[in-house]
Amino acid sequence: MALVDNWEVVIGLETHAQLATKSKIFSGASTAFGAAPNTQACAVDIALPGVLPVLNGKAVECAIRFGLAVGALIAPRSIFARKNYFYPDLPKAYQISQYELPVVQGGSLTIRVGQGEDLSEKTVRLTRAHLEEDAGKSLHEDFHGKTGIDLNRAGTPLLEIVTEPDMRSSDEAVAYARALHALVRWIDICDGNMQEGSFRCDANVSVRRRGESKLGTRREIKNLNSFRFMQQAIDFEVRWQIERIEDGGTIEQATVLFDPDSGETRAMRSKEDAHDYRYFPDPDLLPLDIAPAWIERVKGEMPELPGAMKARFERDYGLSAYDATTLTGSLEIARYFEAMLAAAGRTAAKTCANWVMGDLAARLNREDKDISESPVSAAQLGGLIARIADGTISNSIARKVFDALWNGEGESADQIIEAEGLKQISDSGAIEKIIDEVLAANARSVEEFRAGKEKAFNALVGQAMKATKGKANPQQVGELLRKKLGA
Amino acid sequence: MSLTNEQVHRIAHLARIELAPGEDERIRDQLNGIFGLIEQMQAVDTAGVEPMSHAVDLSQRLREDRVSESDLRGRFQAIAPDVEAGLYLVPKVIE
Repeated sequence: MALVDNWEVVIGLETHAQLATKSKIFSGASTAFGAAPNTQACAVDIALPGVLPVLNGKAVECAIRFGLAVGALIAPRSIFARKNYFYPDLPKAYQISQYELPVVQGGSLTIRVGQGEDLSEKTVRLTRAHLEEDAGKSLHEDFHGKTGIDLNRAGTPLLEIVTEPDMRSSDEAVAYARALHALVRWIDICDGNMQEGSFRCDANVSVRRRGESKLGTRREIKNLNSFRFMQQAIDFEVRWQIERIEDGGTIEQATVLFDPDSGETRAMRSKEDAHDYRYFPDPDLLPLDIAPAWIERVKGEMPELPGAMKARFERDYGLSAYDATTLTGSLEIARYFEAMLAAAGRTAAKTCANWVMGDLAARLNREDKDISESPVSAAQLGGLIARIADGTISNSIARKVFDALWNGEGESADQIIEAEGLKQISDSGAIEKIIDEVLAANARSVEEFRAGKEKAFNALVGQAMKATKGKANPQQVGELLRKKLGA
Repeated sequence: MSLTNEQVHRIAHLARIELAPGEDERIRDQLNGIFGLIEQMQAVDTAGVEPMSHAVDLSQRLREDRVSESDLRGRFQAIAPDVEAGLYLVPKVIE
């Protein structure tokens, strides 16, 4: 992409995370997903005259948790404001949001980009995170030429998380979105369900010639609800902007939509008729005061954060940065790994890590299961690792035991090893006896080996392993075999 | 500060208020009168006074996160101009 080499891409993201509350941010209506239209839209949500909003304390607590997790300032006093615009799915004709004084100010998130050798860390600065209510949903299918409105979603609490324009590629933007997605789930403030719209991103994208210090004019890609679409949309938008400028055109500030079918972005509305939201403090809501004692209490209830846990895994278990990063990719994986260690012993940490990221991940992936749905529990897998670590079974036998556990053929690795007679043969007398038999039965291979064919040796090891049904240690078999052959 | 007729029309459009012909002059004068009041207030020395976002000097009370509303769709939709399949119907919106 020689074309792109002369250009710098600048990206900032705005993410709407739906907060995990039972009731709405300003009313006592349910937030459960999937109910029949308008059955969870109460008088406050549909803006009947005379109603007043009352703030949900849990939504505020979610914002505090987020602020603590990203090292931000949690504003001792923040203000709710009215964002005014007309749209049928916004019954009050204004959205209650926060403008001048948001509840969370500043903070940052560390992201990791690239793989293996090229893995690098980067800090993305956050501008703010503020509380607001969601709008309803417009259904444009034909209702006799009319639009249908479902207000169940109206008033659902959102935390809008805004970054500085710190990202320089679609890879970085996606890495940030993934890290944020993992974090909000980790601290249990959002279920992260992107299909249901619980986590959606808008990307502000601009380009400028390398060396230029002034930012280019940005276009905002709205409502990206998958990481793959985010990557495609940004890549398309970047190429479009560069080509346009190189062809002598200019970029006009605009809101654009991504069409997954064509893979293109297209303008929704231009700056000319962009909304002037006329924000002002909402007289229906008093200032939100958050006392230091509340923040302290929440701090005490926070789980260990992924960054701290990753550092601990490296320090205490001697894991590589890559392993520690992968194992702290979600709270479920991290908890599984630690529960495994409790059963397998801390010295087996690397083996545990390999199994979680290897055999277990592959099997879960193949059957499209989440680690929380794994048929093999952490205690069971840890028990299996313990038997590898103490030499009771080899890795290849361990895979058989793993399959048996997966298929529910036993309660524990020990039980299966016992029942199936899978214990590794380490008694060298017993192995020597098997080797003698193998040598007698494979005279040709022995001759070939003596004639200098190393391949023949491997065939003999294979035969011996087969004779032990895989229960011998292949290394031990090899050593004994060489001794016998006088090599 | 004083407003032009053009600005008056823009504000009216943003608020979706229809102005009758010739009404813009009168509205402009009224709005400019309000700006006069604001200028008077801005002349007051407020150095060291913390800005207020609300006339009442109290803080927001919080509600417990509990579902307390039942489904009243039938009653709400009985007074809506047009409904179908549980939806409120409005003139076609195309973005």
